[in-house]
Amino acid sequence: MVTILNVVIAGLLLGGLYALIAMGLSMQYGVARVANFSHGEFIMLGGMITWTLRTVFGVNPLLGLAVCGPLAFVIGYLLHRTLFKRLSATSASPGIFESRSMLASFSLMFIIQNIASIGWGPEIRGYSYLHTPVDLAGAVFGANRLVTLGFALAIGLGFYLFVARTRMGKAIRAAAQDASTAGLMGVNINLVLALCFGFGAALAAVAGMLISMCYPVRVVMGQEYTIIALIVVVLGGLGSIPGSFVGGFLLGLVGSVVTTVDPSLSLVAYYLIFVLLLLLRPKGIMGK
Amino acid sequence: MMAVRIDPRKVWLPGLSLVILLLLAVLPYLRPGYTIVLVYTILMYVVLTMSWALFSGPTGYISLAPAAFFGVGIYTSAMLGKALPLPVLVCVGGLISACLALLVGALTLRLKGIYFAFFTFGLVELMKNFVLWYEVKFSGVRGRFLVIRIDNITIYYILLAILAALLLTTYVIRRSKYGLALQSIGQDEEAAAHTGINVTLLKVVIFAVSAIFIGAAGAIWAIRLTYIDPYIAFDALNSFMPVLMAIFGGIGQIYGPILGAAVFSYLREILITRFPYHYMLLIGTILLVAILFLPDGLVGLVQKWHQRALRGQHANT
Repeated sequence: MVTILNVVIAGLLLGGLYALIAMGLSMQYGVARVANFSHGEFIMLGGMITWTLRTVFGVNPLLGLAVCGPLAFVIGYLLHRTLFKRLSATSASPGIFESRSMLASFSLMFIIQNIASIGWGPEIRGYSYLHTPVDLAGAVFGANRLVTLGFALAIGLGFYLFVARTRMGKAIRAAAQDASTAGLMGVNINLVLALCFGFGAALAAVAGMLISMCYPVRVVMGQEYTIIALIVVVLGGLGSIPGSFVGGFLLGLVGSVVTTVDPSLSLVAYYLIFVLLLLLRPKGIMGK
Repeated sequence: MMAVRIDPRKVWLPGLSLVILLLLAVLPYLRPGYTIVLVYTILMYVVLTMSWALFSGPTGYISLAPAAFFGVGIYTSAMLGKALPLPVLVCVGGLISACLALLVGALTLRLKGIYFAFFTFGLVELMKNFVLWYEVKFSGVRGRFLVIRIDNITIYYILLAILAALLLTTYVIRRSKYGLALQSIGQDEEAAAHTGINVTLLKVVIFAVSAIFIGAAGAIWAIRLTYIDPYIAFDALNSFMPVLMAIFGGIGQIYGPILGAAVFSYLREILITRFPYHYMLLIGTILLVAILFLPDGLVGLVQKWHQRALRGQHANT
């Protein structure tokens, strides 16, 4: 019993992180149509900035939220306003824009990674925060991981409410369905898409901050998370925020189960799920 | 009389490639030493980029699998290097990659557009993790040393032979009805299927053909690396570089990817030696500028100049 509980809780803890990461990419790919391969680099930036704040300035990692989130938001917003808007204006069809923006995101990945490695070097960085063990009906976890889950849930829920209930959220959903028609209906589409890209980057950075609380971080960590985010976004259904949220937890549970068998196989398992999903239900679990 | 007239536009490109190949073949006699290493590095990227463009150029399916095939080639050398003679090793590397491509292609080439890119990108990561798991579990090692002693000139000639075979294959496919069929898939896949093309079969076969050359290049490249582990063999950069180099050159024409790969890999070598800590930053910036301002690549730029020059002539007369 305790092992099952252990596996489930570990899965939920991992899933919370995956859900946040995937929601970020879902904003960027599902709405703004940028298959952003540099998503993982924003996660890395969040983690590294939090590490710096913690070890150099002694700032509480959770307060890193107030730095990483807005900073990544501004970078993402400006990137869309300058780079991706221009790409979109000069591409003949949505398909061409998708490929060109994907290629541009490769370049961004190189640039961000290089700048980060100049700043932080190749070392693996970690710090200890809230490592006190907490007993959950026999299963023991670090308090930091529970805090992570709480944050992931709160941010995920808040973000869902924002998209589902506010006027801006409605504009975002309209843009996800059909950006040009939404533009005709009076949505300021360039603003909405840039905001979505910024939100995506901010979610990634916040996820990075939470990751740094539980795992060591390094400059080249981004790529693995990019792949996980891509898998979860497809799993949940393109452009569906709740889908990404649920998909994240689902993948987290799978990861946790596989990890008990052999930790080095978790990415292989994710990939097999990805294959099966694309073959059986390419729309994703919540796609329309 | 018309029947025997040779269209110079159709002859000068194959002719030029032949002349360049011949020049490359005598290069080791003219400039031995470092030049050979530099040139075969460029040749390796040209092979990767051309193979990528063989499938992805006409069809528009962006494959991010090259690093997976390349890595399979590398591990073929690592595991069978002592048992097989070099030419056989290179062929086996190519064939194993092609088998992987057949399997993956059959599973995934029904996917449209960007999903295919996601999927093939995941393949690289899958192979990396799978090989790592296998090596640690069954071989008890993380990495391997290759102790095959082969001089640079042999590596050079084998890469040149792979390139020549690839050029020939690309040329033959492009000129055949299959080349036209591939292009029609790129323009409108449903319409292509309606005209009686077996689109899935064609895509899978050409995908596998392109993987042969990438795998072969990986098998010979392993010997240059001397030490390999899954992170080196399945480096995702080997997926990004061919795509970006092909786009940099322009994928509309057969020579676009060749030009892109040759220019860019030379530039890359220079940047790596001059700015070892900043070269990815520079490369990323150059590519970003190229994606933004050169949508048709270097070839598009050359064509634009050419047309402008022609128009200038007409204006003068």
